[in-house]
Amino acid sequence: MDITTKNTEDAPLPPPRPTVAEQKRNARGATRPGDRVFLGLSRGSGILLLVIMAAIAVFLAYRASLAISKDHGNFFTTFEWNTNLVPPVFGIAVLVYGTIVSSVIAMGLAVPVAVAIALFITHYAPRRLGGAISYVIDLLAAVPSIVYGLWGALILVPHMNGLFGWLNDYLGWTGLFSWDEGAPRSMLTVGILLAIMILPIITNVSREVFRQVPQMHEEAALALGATRWEVVRMAVLPFGRSGVISASMLGLGRALGETMAVATVLSPDFDIHLSLLNPGGGTFAQNIASKFGEATQDGRDALIASGLVLFVITLLVNGAARMIIARRKEYSGANA
Amino acid sequence: MSTAAVTDKRPSTLRGASLPKWSFWAIAAGSIALGLGISAAAGLSSSIQWALIAAVLFVLGTYVIAARVEGRRQAKDRIATALVWVAFLLAVVPLVSLIWTTVSKGVKKLDVYFLTHSMGVVADAQPGGGIYHAIVGSLEQVGLATVIAAPIGVLTAIYLVEYGRGRLAQAVTFFVDVMTGIPSIVAGLFILSLMLIFDMQPFGFAGSLALAILMMPIVVRSTEEMLKLVPNELREASLALGIPKWRTILKVVLPTAIGGITTGIMLAIARIAGETAPILLLVWGNSFINTNPFEGAQQALPLYIYQQYANSSGSTYAYDRAWAASLTLIAFVMILNLAARGIARWKAPKTGR
Repeated sequence: MDITTKNTEDAPLPPPRPTVAEQKRNARGATRPGDRVFLGLSRGSGILLLVIMAAIAVFLAYRASLAISKDHGNFFTTFEWNTNLVPPVFGIAVLVYGTIVSSVIAMGLAVPVAVAIALFITHYAPRRLGGAISYVIDLLAAVPSIVYGLWGALILVPHMNGLFGWLNDYLGWTGLFSWDEGAPRSMLTVGILLAIMILPIITNVSREVFRQVPQMHEEAALALGATRWEVVRMAVLPFGRSGVISASMLGLGRALGETMAVATVLSPDFDIHLSLLNPGGGTFAQNIASKFGEATQDGRDALIASGLVLFVITLLVNGAARMIIARRKEYSGANA
Repeated sequence: MSTAAVTDKRPSTLRGASLPKWSFWAIAAGSIALGLGISAAAGLSSSIQWALIAAVLFVLGTYVIAARVEGRRQAKDRIATALVWVAFLLAVVPLVSLIWTTVSKGVKKLDVYFLTHSMGVVADAQPGGGIYHAIVGSLEQVGLATVIAAPIGVLTAIYLVEYGRGRLAQAVTFFVDVMTGIPSIVAGLFILSLMLIFDMQPFGFAGSLALAILMMPIVVRSTEEMLKLVPNELREASLALGIPKWRTILKVVLPTAIGGITTGIMLAIARIAGETAPILLLVWGNSFINTNPFEGAQQALPLYIYQQYANSSGSTYAYDRAWAASLTLIAFVMILNLAARGIARWKAPKTGR
């Protein structure tokens, strides 16, 4: 006891602690002017991105408020888009319906097929074939949407006649699939084209998720005598579920905002039709692109108002997708 | 050891009966033949229909045959395999058709004359004309967008990887992710709202700004991934020599990751080069050559395709031009993609694992 106390008393004093300011400087390493400039630049760029996002919301909202205050219809329920009238009358009801319907069709068709292709690449195809296919899918994701639009309008539309006649013959009684033999430039064609367009991105992201399934899980299932399908169902799909969901939502975001492919294929009108096969309806993005040419100042503000709604919808969808996938940043679609 | 005694001529009782390997191809060939036969008998013209019939027959046939020979669980496995194959083939058909049509129709019109002339004196329904003005416009707009977006994107990624801690970095990460999902037309409308406020006429640089907004998040994401691959030992070695952090980033971190960063930027360029909507709203299109991106309407390749399709009321000359321009655009995008992947492979950072 004695000895220890003596020792501590005799020990030399510890060097004086660095002041708070010095600690901060050391921790940040930003003492030199070069460091401060560089940190400022890079942090400034990050802040600039946030500012741009905020500015998009603010300016769209500002122009939209100008338009909506002049609107003599109800912005949410009017079935009309006559912005050149005095006073202008317009509403987004038809656009909301058309956007949702076309995207739902696209999702319904694309997600199962995309998941199947992702499984094909990771678990069914021979290794080299799988590699080649994922390479091709990567390239297809890069094909510009206007080319899909041109192909859809000139090649896909004529090919839909047979399918539409068949659907009308057997399912026409439901009303959803009744067809008046008009040009098949309808919501269903748009949905099919959108499905083809979002297929590559959903496939890419799902494939990355399925690749991450722990080998041990699969081998354990195989060792218990599971067939390949049982391995997929019990080990691969449960592991990849959240990834597939967020991949689908990324695809949904694309489908909601797709402009040119819808504008070239759809022959629009401003009404809600029960039938998916008859032409008509419209989507937010398509409406902006096709009405922009003839729009006056007020008309443009009205289009900006509808764009604001689209912006908010895609923001919610993408935000939700990112929340789900938050802990798995490497699956982000940005690199796909 | 003891199994050696069991493996005689009789089928093993442990494995159960199984279909021979050729059965897959036999069932596939059979169902395609049946599908064609049924379509021919019923007079169905569409190739989509017989393909669908064949696909359904294939799946059903596989299930029934496998269930009889191998049992229910094996049959389920086979039906899943069949479905996966069918889904794959169904998806490949439109994608192959897209590439095939673009190439075969585009090649007809694509020649030196087409690449070096504008639409100045050519009406939409007339033959002749070309895409020179659109190529010039596209290169300028995309180039300017890259000049704006690439440095901001790379710096933001550096901030996120090298400095970013706390709330601000989290917010930036989240909004970069969300920003990748902004529809291109919304970016166009944003710039349009600014132009309305300042009462400006359409010009090329406005399009560049919208494209830059679309490009930034893509560059940030890919650069971030690349910077994360740079081994920490390199940074520590450099800092231990007393080199300031900013010099370390500029001279050690960036050169190590430069291949991947270049790849990311090139892929982002390929992505925005095909954007039509913002150009439609902000640059308007022009059939004459306008080399000044800061004044007057310009043309761009994607918009050219759209206008040839939409404004021509079915003229075959205009459609031919649209296909040829599509082929040019796809070729440009694909070359960028392939080159980017080549660079990525060539300059892949040695992760030192």
